[in-house]
Amino acid sequence: MQAWYAFLTGPALWATFIIFFGGLGLRLAFLYGLSRERDRVFYNHVDWKWGLKSILYWLIPWGSASMRLQPVFSFVFLLFHVGLLGVPLFLSAHNLLWDRAFGVSLWSMSDAWADGLTITVLACGVFLFVRRLVRPEVRILTTAWDYTLLGLTLTPFVTGFLAYHQWGPYEWLMMLHVLSAEILLILIPFTKLGHMVLFFFTRAFIGFEMGGRRGARAW
Amino acid sequence: MHRKENDTRPVDVKKIRDLLDANNGARIRTWLSLCSRCGLCAESCFFYLAHDRNPKLSPAYKFKATLGELYRRKGHVDRDFLYRCADIVWGECTTCKRCSMYCPFGIDVATLIATTRTILYSQGITPEGLARAVVNYRETGNQMGMSSEDFVDTCEWMAEESQDEIKGVTIPIDKVGAKYMYTVNPREPMFYPQDLAMAAKILTVAEEDWTMPSTGWDCTNLPMFAGDRALAGQVVRNMYEKAVALGVQAILITECGHAYRSALFEGPYLAGYPDGKPPVPIVHSVQLFYEYVRDGRIRIDPAKKLKEPVTYQDPCNVSRNGGLWEEGRKLVQFLADDFRDMNPNREHNHCCGGGGGYIPMGPEYKARRLASGRVKAEQIRATGAKIVVTPCHNCFDQVSDLNKEYQLGVKVMSLKEILCEVMVVPEKFQPEPVEEEETD
Repeated sequence: MQAWYAFLTGPALWATFIIFFGGLGLRLAFLYGLSRERDRVFYNHVDWKWGLKSILYWLIPWGSASMRLQPVFSFVFLLFHVGLLGVPLFLSAHNLLWDRAFGVSLWSMSDAWADGLTITVLACGVFLFVRRLVRPEVRILTTAWDYTLLGLTLTPFVTGFLAYHQWGPYEWLMMLHVLSAEILLILIPFTKLGHMVLFFFTRAFIGFEMGGRRGARAW
Repeated sequence: MHRKENDTRPVDVKKIRDLLDANNGARIRTWLSLCSRCGLCAESCFFYLAHDRNPKLSPAYKFKATLGELYRRKGHVDRDFLYRCADIVWGECTTCKRCSMYCPFGIDVATLIATTRTILYSQGITPEGLARAVVNYRETGNQMGMSSEDFVDTCEWMAEESQDEIKGVTIPIDKVGAKYMYTVNPREPMFYPQDLAMAAKILTVAEEDWTMPSTGWDCTNLPMFAGDRALAGQVVRNMYEKAVALGVQAILITECGHAYRSALFEGPYLAGYPDGKPPVPIVHSVQLFYEYVRDGRIRIDPAKKLKEPVTYQDPCNVSRNGGLWEEGRKLVQFLADDFRDMNPNREHNHCCGGGGGYIPMGPEYKARRLASGRVKAEQIRATGAKIVVTPCHNCFDQVSDLNKEYQLGVKVMSLKEILCEVMVVPEKFQPEPVEEEETD
């Protein structure tokens, strides 16, 4: 057990980081090369002001008309993302690990906050899951893979939460916690979760296209 | 669109694959792989709203079931599948681009749908009305197959007719070095020649330096909607090259929505101009007419201004996809006392249901067109307006049909028509009174 845990938090973690950053880098480099060749429209109409506005209005709560049409969902969707990014990056336990490994760490939040945010992420995850089941226009699009990815996204949070509170078999939970987080990070560059970085590109593009060329707000 | 019983042609998988490959750029790849199936786009689509929120009408479903599936199967599909796609990409989408504003990732669904249309066209599938127009463009350079002589004759006839009302109206043909080359929708010379007369009157009163070309005068581009990209490029090139040959300063587009989208936004790419810019500037009538009134080149008679409540139908390709929603609105407010906006409006306005090739697709699609137009009909009714102004032929026809279908009790008008009614005709353009013989 100890050996497995050491492997997961040692070589496997390094491999994960390499695949995660390398994969995202490769995907971006590949798309960039392809876009130079086939998507001239992208570069002919670059307009940073409109591109940034198009991104920004989709990042602030209810910033876009679309979010205002579905205020509850869009708020949940926002909280979900805040938690997804915030907890892993600013958890004090993670920051202790960063510090030990690299000698640097980020600001860390209190454990109470982390706990609250984790519960929020889980609640939002359940909401998104249920929404996929009950809303016909979402259900018709949903594939088994969507549920799988949602489940995978929530697993590190469930396991981390249980382990922190020492509910259940601690060692197993920590193994599962690290393993599921690694699988998730490895999948990000190659799946729809790539929207973590590609969102900024596609949103900027529609900003160029609608705003830069026509003055129309794409949000 | 149902599969024709006599259509037993084999599917040319290689051709489909070639088109899939050619279009497999960074954007389409990213859009297809990134869609997170959140369903937010559904509510932006009037087809979805008009048909009791049928989930199959959400934009994401439409591009997944068509182009998404074509990529997934690498082009190995049968003819029944292609006809099902045709039913979606022509019968359930007008490429109005509203959904891309409502998608968190800004996926340009209209481009995905247009790409599917191109693939279907390569397999000989396109709605009959569009197929007929394509033949006409190929043979005569315009969608209605009108000869150059007939066109020029119509212009001359209309200029003569207008002289009774405005002195000195002419329609100059092929005038080299004019400021504007005015291009029209062929239904004007074919069925509504008074539209040419009205434009001539306005341009005369504004003392504009303009001309109409004897060729390349059709600014519409139905091949763009039919999926024939090569011909769509040729059609727009005819117009561009004529403008360059005449040495005009700009091309003026009639009150037509998709003509503007074609001439200014998609045309340069269709015609192969690598910088994405047309060779001469493109100006829409909405813009020019607005400037005339704003700058006092055309004065409005306050007594003649429209008194009844008026609303403005934003054509997708003039407003959202053309950027002229404020100009259109302000112009209407110059011409009418009681202006009432629809909701939503401007770049968020709903398509009327007649765009993207829908009106010319013909009677086969009419029942669906009217059913999908319910959203627009309700928007119009809610304003309480008695007059709907719209600077687009397709909107004009669709709103006229909706008026009957939903008993809206409105009158549909173009900007030209109202301008001619309410503008002040300066003395020098007033025809000399016909002297009546005096009788003792």
